[in-house]
Order: sequence, then C-alpha cells, then structure tokens
Amino acid sequence: MNFNTIKYFFREAFNSLVRNSWLSISSVGIVTVSLIILGASLLLVVNVEKLAKSVESSVEITAFLEENVGRVDRDKIEEQIKSNPEVDTVEFVSREQALQEMKEGFGDRADILESLEESNPLPDAFRVKTKQASAVPATAKKIEGLAGVEQVRYGQGVVEKLLSVTRWVRYASLATLTLLTLSAGFLIATTIRMSVFARRREIGIMKILGATNWFVRFPFILEGIVLGLTGGLLAILVVDLGYLSLINKLKISLPFIQLVNEPRIILYILGSMMGLGVLIGALGSWFSLRKFLRV
Amino acid sequence: MIQFYNVSKVYDNGVKAVSDLTLHIKKGEFVFLVGPSGAGKSTLIKLIFREELPTRGQVMFNGKNTVRMKAREVPHMRRKIGMVFQDFRLLSQKTAAENVAFALEITGTSGKEIKRIVPEVLEQVGLKDKGNLLPSQMSGGEQQRVCIARAIVNNPLLIIADEPTGNLDPDTSWEIMKLFQDINRRGTTILMATHDSEIVNTMKKRVIALSNGCVVRDEESGVYRCEL
Repeated sequence: MNFNTIKYFFREAFNSLVRNSWLSISSVGIVTVSLIILGASLLLVVNVEKLAKSVESSVEITAFLEENVGRVDRDKIEEQIKSNPEVDTVEFVSREQALQEMKEGFGDRADILESLEESNPLPDAFRVKTKQASAVPATAKKIEGLAGVEQVRYGQGVVEKLLSVTRWVRYASLATLTLLTLSAGFLIATTIRMSVFARRREIGIMKILGATNWFVRFPFILEGIVLGLTGGLLAILVVDLGYLSLINKLKISLPFIQLVNEPRIILYILGSMMGLGVLIGALGSWFSLRKFLRV
Repeated sequence: MIQFYNVSKVYDNGVKAVSDLTLHIKKGEFVFLVGPSGAGKSTLIKLIFREELPTRGQVMFNGKNTVRMKAREVPHMRRKIGMVFQDFRLLSQKTAAENVAFALEITGTSGKEIKRIVPEVLEQVGLKDKGNLLPSQMSGGEQQRVCIARAIVNNPLLIIADEPTGNLDPDTSWEIMKLFQDINRRGTTILMATHDSEIVNTMKKRVIALSNGCVVRDEESGVYRCEL
C-alpha cells in the first residue's frame, strides 16, 4: 500500500459520503439516536448502582458485648472478628461513646438523657462493616457465636430483602444495556449494508479490474468510521448537555438526590459511546461487504 | 499464454458448462471464440479470469496455474488481463477519464502518472476531447472505447472481450474492431467471444468454436459457421 492508495481511500470515502448524502444523514441519525439511548441508559445504570452501593454500605453489624467483658477479652474478640476475611472494618464503640452519640441524636433535647450519666445502661459494642454487603448475614452469625458477645444486630430481614432488590436491579440494567448495544449494532449494520448494496455493481467492477479485497473494503470502512464518529459526537453532545442540566435542575429542586457527578465517570461513559460508534461503523461495513467481495 | 488441460466445469445447480476441454493460446494471437448461447464461452472466460474454478483439470495463465493460485495472488493476475464487456460496465457517476484513471488507481499509480497516461490512452482509442463526459452522455460506441481504454491502460498481456460489439451497429462495430486490431499489432493477445459472423469471416483470424462445452472446431483463418 502506498501513499497514492491512501489518498485514494480518503477521497473515495469522502465522495461516497457526499454522493449518498441522504443515506449518510440517516445513518448518522440512527447512530446518534441509538447511542443517545445507550448513553442515557448507561447513566441511569451508573446512578442506580451508586444508589444501591450507598444503601448497601449503610448496612453494618453491631455486636453488643456482655457487661463483664474486660479489656483483654475485648481485644481477643476484636482479633477474632478481624480474622474473618469478609470483614472490612471493626470499630469499637465504648458505652460512653454510645451515650454521647445518642445525645447528639437527640439534639436540643439531649437533657432528657442527663439522668443516664450516672448509671449508663448501654453496653460496649463493636461496629463491623463487611467488604460485601451480601456477606452481612453470614458474618453476623459468626460473630454471634463468639464468647463474650451478647447480641448481634444488623437489621435482620430488611437487609436480606434490600440485597435481593439491588441484585435484581443490577441484572436488569445489565440485560438492558446488552440488548440496547445489540440493537444499535444491528440497526447501523443494516444501514451500512444498504449503502454497500447500492454500490455492489461498483464493487464487482473493482474486482474485475484487479482490486484487492482491502482496496475495495477500506473506503467503506473509513466511511463507516466517519458515520460512527459523527453519530457518536452528536450523541455525546446531547447526552452530556442533557445530563449536566439535569444535575443542575435537581440540585435546586431535589437537593437530597445525589446524581453521579464525577467527571471521570461521565468522560468514561461518553468515551465508550464514541468508541462504540466507531467500532459499530467499522464492523458494520466489514460484515456487509463480505458477501460482495467473493468474485 | 493460456493453457487448458482437460478442464471440466459443472455448476452447483448441475449444469455442465465445459467438459474435458483442452486448448492452447499463444502470446500475440488474436482468437475468436464462437458458438451458440450456452456453449460455454462465458464459462471459459470466467475460468481464465478465475471468477470460477474448474471442477476438474488445470488452467494456466502466463505460466501460472490459476487453480492452485492463492486468493491474494488473484488480483495481481487480473491486472495482467484487460476485460471488455458487451454492457461496458462503466461507473456511471464517473467521467470517461475518471473511469480509465480508476484502473490505474487500483494499481497504486501516482496522480502525476495518471494525469500523464489517461489522456494518452483516451487519444489512442479516439476519445481525445471526450474525457470529461459521463457515460450517460456518450454513444454506445464511445462507451465501448472508454471500456477498451480502461482495459489497456495497465498494459495487460491479454485482452478478453465478451461480445464487445453485441450492442453496437455494424459501422461502429468495425471501428471498435480496428481498435482491437491495433492493440493486437502492439503485441497484446486478444480473446474475443462473438456472435458477429461478418466480423469473424472478414478478419480471418483463429476461430475456436464451442458447442455443449466442447471444442468442435479450431482453425487458423477460420470462418463463422453454424455448428450443430
């Protein structure tokens, strides 16, 4: 392949885009719409995931200790809890600390608890967080079996339900994304197939003149990439602007809803939309051409 | 230049197009291929061009066995063959000059070279001032000249013409035949399938007659005759 041929590829791809401008515009439109839907769903999934994570991470185990547990036994229990690989953090909460936190919870009316200062009824406790929220019930059971632990609380029943909800939300969003990617791929491949079909005579002539398969293929693939790139850019523009304005609107009207806002994640999503557009364009051309190259 | 050794071709649908055909064509020859429709002329051409592979037998072109040839060698072999068709097969959205230039672009010729060669070749086929016309703006004879220009622009060893005068009136046909004769005089081998008895009888060239996929007659300075 030499420079003349490369020049030819770019000129040919450009000419074809202009010559079939209607088909080009509709292809770009299809890519754009598909990628907008895909990008919007990706953002939705990311936000659902964030919500699920934050709900899950608030799940913790509180292990109340028996009253007569001394300092040495306490350290031993802590050691034992930590030896479980599922456990992420263990925090000791002394009875004084627990009372203090309780007071803070009452705010202005903390004076109600003043009478408890002299004979604090609260037990010492460990607050345990697991690495995976799904490990909470099993871990709690293990901790309960330790000597010196009186009672374990983690919101039994509620946690199990919550975990199964977040698991299903994850499956559903994964399935939706897969289906959307596939449908966008098929739609774009069909459009490119139409453009290839419209030019099958030309491809036949090229093969008769001794063109190599790559020589025939390359302008089409370049064309597909340009279509995918343009569609991807348009979709990014729409999704990005739409999402940013949504974030701003929510900040004012519903401040307690926190959307994913890290630029890294948003860039990642937009980048993958772009990459997918280009990939679909190139692959679509490749597969649509295969049949017509067999001369 | 072209050798067929016991070549048979049966298509997937069971049609026997060529059966046990052996023939040789030497460099520089001018050969007419005659015979009724369905005699196997087109299949013979496709076998040389490696558009089809034989069911049995071997086909040689320019010292190479086209049957055993690797797929990526095929384009390079085809560049040594110029094809001329009854229906011209020009790119309708490209001008005459662009159609000829296209064959050069495929071989990676530089733009400068293309600008030099294309007018020369167009002049050779008598289309000096028509390079900027689209095929739709040209007569049948002119379109066939563009097709011939495209076929010879890469200096092929062989020109295969499949009924090149089939769509042309007698006067125009003769002009086209003169072009082929010129090209042949410069040393290019020509294989022409035709139904035009007047041309075959007047030109007095080698005639290979096919019928039911077999060679029924092969003679120097032959004539067109209806075999049965």
